Amino acid sequence: MHQAALLGGMIRDATHYGWAIQPVLHDWGTMAEAVQNHVKSLNWGHRVQLQDRKVKYFNVKASFVNEHTVCSVAKDGKETLLSAEHIVIATGGRPRYPTHIEGALEYGITSDDIFWLKESPGKTLVVGASYVALECAGFLTGLGLDTTVMIRSIPLRGFDQQMSSLVTEYMASQGTQFLRGCTPSRVRRLPDGQLQVTWEDLTSGKEDVGTFNTVLWATGRIPETRSLNLEKAGVKINPNSQKILVDAQETTSVPHIYAIGDVAEGRPELTPTAVMAGKLLARRLCGQSSDVMDYDNVPTTVFTPLEYGCVGLSEEEAVARHGEEHVEVYHAYYKPLEFTVAQRDASQCYIKMVCLRKPPQLVLGLHFLGPNAGEVTQGFALGIKCGASYVQLMQTVGIHPTCAEEVAKLRISKRSGLDPTVTGC
Amino acid sequence: MSSPPGRRARLSSPGTGRSSSEAREELRRRLLGLIESNRVMIFSKSYCPHSARVKELFSSLGVECNILELDRVDDGANVQEVLSEITNQKTVPNIFVNKVHMGGCDQTFQAHQSGLLQKLLQEDAAYDYDLIVIGGGSGGLACAQEAAILGKKVMVLDFVVPSPQGMSWGLGGTCVNVGCVPKKLMHQAALLGQALSDARKFGWEYSQQVRHNWETMTEAIQNYIGSLNWGCRLSLREKAVAYVNSYGEFVEHHKIKATNRKGQETYYTAAKFVLATGERPRYLGIQGDKEYCITSDDLFSLPYCPGKTLVVGASYVGLECAGFLAGIGLDVTVMVRSVLLRGFDQEMAEKVGSYMEQHGVKFLRKFVPVMVQQLEKGSPGKLKVVAKSTEGPEAIEEVYNTVLLAIGRDSCTRKIGLEKIGVKINEKSGKIPVNDVEQTNVPYVYAVGDILEGKLELTPVAIQAGKLLARRLFAGHLEKCDYVNVPTTVFAPLEYGCCGLSEEKAIEVYKKENLETFFASGMHIAAKMCPFFYKQVYSIVLVLGGLTVSQSQF
Repeated sequence: MHQAALLGGMIRDATHYGWAIQPVLHDWGTMAEAVQNHVKSLNWGHRVQLQDRKVKYFNVKASFVNEHTVCSVAKDGKETLLSAEHIVIATGGRPRYPTHIEGALEYGITSDDIFWLKESPGKTLVVGASYVALECAGFLTGLGLDTTVMIRSIPLRGFDQQMSSLVTEYMASQGTQFLRGCTPSRVRRLPDGQLQVTWEDLTSGKEDVGTFNTVLWATGRIPETRSLNLEKAGVKINPNSQKILVDAQETTSVPHIYAIGDVAEGRPELTPTAVMAGKLLARRLCGQSSDVMDYDNVPTTVFTPLEYGCVGLSEEEAVARHGEEHVEVYHAYYKPLEFTVAQRDASQCYIKMVCLRKPPQLVLGLHFLGPNAGEVTQGFALGIKCGASYVQLMQTVGIHPTCAEEVAKLRISKRSGLDPTVTGC
Repeated sequence: MSSPPGRRARLSSPGTGRSSSEAREELRRRLLGLIESNRVMIFSKSYCPHSARVKELFSSLGVECNILELDRVDDGANVQEVLSEITNQKTVPNIFVNKVHMGGCDQTFQAHQSGLLQKLLQEDAAYDYDLIVIGGGSGGLACAQEAAILGKKVMVLDFVVPSPQGMSWGLGGTCVNVGCVPKKLMHQAALLGQALSDARKFGWEYSQQVRHNWETMTEAIQNYIGSLNWGCRLSLREKAVAYVNSYGEFVEHHKIKATNRKGQETYYTAAKFVLATGERPRYLGIQGDKEYCITSDDLFSLPYCPGKTLVVGASYVGLECAGFLAGIGLDVTVMVRSVLLRGFDQEMAEKVGSYMEQHGVKFLRKFVPVMVQQLEKGSPGKLKVVAKSTEGPEAIEEVYNTVLLAIGRDSCTRKIGLEKIGVKINEKSGKIPVNDVEQTNVPYVYAVGDILEGKLELTPVAIQAGKLLARRLFAGHLEKCDYVNVPTTVFAPLEYGCCGLSEEKAIEVYKKENLETFFASGMHIAAKMCPFFYKQVYSIVLVLGGLTVSQSQF
C-alpha cells in the first residue's frame, strides 16, 4: 500500500518529466483486491513449501498440556494431543485494543483489518506514534485520504528522535494532520454512520471532538501468550510485557522449549531476525552447527512516505553509552537528483552517521532519510557488521549519481557547526 | 660592504635615423622585457644610498637581482622617463619583484617587514600560478578547489569544442552536462513511464494513453544543468580559483597558451599542471557518420524528439540510452558488434540485455554499420543505415530517424601540446600513463580522470583522485587514490550494480576450484502485483574460501 501511495507521487512527478497525464484519482477497491490476492498467493506458497519439505501443517489453535504435550483444537472443535521432543513457540503478537476507551473495540479497527477492507476507509484518525501508525497514516494520505495522526507523546519511541521528527515533518508537509499531546477518551457512532471521537489535549486539559469515517488503533502490539497455558509447561514470561523469557540460544525456562520472533522478550520485532533466528535454532537442534543469532547491528527501515533506514545506535544511545565527548556525528542534508526536475521539496532528506571520536572512528550507527532507504541501508549494514570505521568510509568511492553516495561523502560534523547542506560541484 | 650579487645590464643605444616616438616605443618594450624576465629587477643609480640599501637587502636574502644603473647607461634619462610613465614613480631605486612593482626603497623595506616580499619571492612565485588545471570536469574541479582551499593560487581552463552536430555546454565537464546527470534524469523519466503503467494496477485510475513530450523533458533537464553550471562557477569564485573559458595547450615547459572563443590568445605559467581533459565520443569512420549521426554529446539537448532510433554500440552508454529512449515510448534498436557491456560480468550483462529485449528493445547482434545515408532532412529526418554481419556476407538495411553512436570515447590528449613538453601518451589509445601518485613522466605534470591509462572512468574516482592529489602536492599528505573495489551501477531499465570482480575475472585471478558462486533469482515484491510487469531479481556473490571478493546484485 506504501508502494501504491508512492506511485501516486510518481504520477505527479511524471508531468514534470514530460508525461502528459492529468491529475488522477485512486480506487481503493482495485488496490485492495490486488493486494489481497497477492497475500493469498503467499499463503498458498507457504503451504506448498511446507508440503515440499514434508512438514506437517495443522490449522489449529494449540496450548500446552504439559512440557512435552500440546492440545490442538481445530475449527470444528475437534481436539487432538500432540507430543514432541522439542517445541518452538513462534506465536507472534496482535494489535492492542485500548479497551479502556469507550467504543474502542466496537468502532475502531487495527492493522489486522486495514489491509483487508473492501472499501476505502475514508477520512481516518490513526491513534498511535509507532512505525505502524506512521506507515499507515503515510500511505492513506498518499492515496488521497484525509488523515490525522493522534500522538500522546513522541513519535517512533525507541528510534533516533531527530530522525523521527524529520519523518513526521515530511508527513505534515505532504498533508497528514497531527494532533500532538492528545489522547482519545471515547468513540461514538453517529446516526449517519460516521464516528465521533472525543479526546483530551494533555497540555491544556481541554476536550475536543472530531468526526471520522475510520479510527485505526496503532498503539502497540501484545504477544500471543495468554491462551497458550504456558504455566502448564513451566515456561516463564515477563509479567509486564507478557513476552516469553529466553536466553541467547532462544531457550525458555524449560530446556527443550524455545521461543523466537515477536513473542520472545528483548528481541527486535522484525521478520528477518525471526527468520534467521529460526534457521539457526533449527540447525543447532539438528546438531549441524552451534552458531547463535547475533542481534546487534540489525538494520531496519520505516516505510513512511519519506523512508527512514537505520542500523546501529541512535545518537541518543551512543551518547548515553559513550559520553558526548567520545562521539562524533557526521551529517548532511542532500537533494535526490530525481527531486530536482520533479520540483519536490527535499528539506527532510537527511543522513547522519554516529561514530566514536577516537581514530579510526568506529561507526556506531547510520541513519538515512530519503527515497529507497531500505535499499541504501542494507548495503551499508554489511560494512557496519564488519566493524567499518569512518576512515574506511572516507576511502569508499560513491556511485554517481545516487542518494546512497551521500553517505560515503559525509564530511561535516555536528561539532564543527558548519552548514551540512550538500552543494553540487 | 660587498657588492650585491647581480649582473649589470646595459641597454644599447638606439641607432640613428629612427623617429623619437619609435625609439621611445622600443625602449619601453625593452624595459618591459627586463621587468618580465627577471625575478628581481632594480633600476638604480650607483651613487644612490637608497638603491644601495635595497641591493643590500636582497643580497642578505640571497636573492639574485638584475640591476640597471641608470647613471651608467647613455639613455639613462630616457629610461627614467619611460619608467615614470610605466610606474608613476620618478625616482630610483625603482624595484620590481616577479613583475610586481614594489615602489622605492621604503616600500620595499615595508614589504619585507610585512612578509609580502617573502611571498613574492617564493620559488613558485616565479610562475603566474601554483597550479593550472586543464579541464573543468569532475576531476579537474575537485583538484582545483582542494588546492585553493589549501591556500594555493589556482587556475582552471575549461573549453568545450563543439560536437560535429554543433552542440556545446557550460562548466562542469561530461558528468554534469552530457553524462551522469542528464542520463539519470532521462532514466528517471523512463522509470516514471513504467510507474504510470504499474499505478493502474495499484488502483490509480486513468484510461487515456499517456504520451511523452520530449521537449518538456529536455527543457526541464537543461534548466537544471544550467543551475549546476552556475553552481560550479560560483564555487570556483568563492574559492578564488581563476576560471578561464579557453582552450589550453602547452607551448613550452611550464607555459600554456589559452585561446578563447574569439581566437584571442593569452599565456599563463604555473609551477604544476594537472591534465583533466577527459574524453569525447568516438565516431565510426564510415561514410555519413559525422554528418548524420549523433552521440551522447548531442542527445541530452536535442531540440526535437529523436524518434525511431538506432543505437550503435552496447557499452553502458549505449544500453542506458537505448533503455530510456524505449522507456519513453520510442522504437529503439541496438546494434552490437560482439558482446554487451564489455568488461562487465557477462552473465549479468546478458540479463540486462534480455530484460531490455523483453521490454521492446530490439537487438541486432554481430552487425556493424558500413554506411549512413540521409534520405530526408528534418527534425528528425530519415536516415538509411546499411550494416554488415561480422560473421558472414549478410548485409541489412533499415531506415531510422536517428542514429546514436555509442562505440566508445577518445581521450582529449592529442592536441594539447603534450609533445612540446615531452609528456608520454599511449599512442594507440591516447591515454596517459601515470604512476601511483598520478604523475606523468614529466615531474611537474599530473593527470586525473578518464584520460588515465588503466584506471576506471568514473566521476567519483576522478573526484577522489583530484582531491587526494591536491592534498599530496600542497598539504604534505601521503594518501594515494585507491582504485580497488570501486562500486558502479549501469542505469539500464533494470539497474545493474556491482563491486569487485566479475565471475570471469575472479576465475582468472583465483582459479575456478577456489571459488564458490552463490546466486538467487526472485521477484521483487512490488512486481508480483503486476502480472505483466516482470522483474527478475538476480544476485551473484563470489566467495573465495570464505572471503567475499565480489557481489553483484540486481
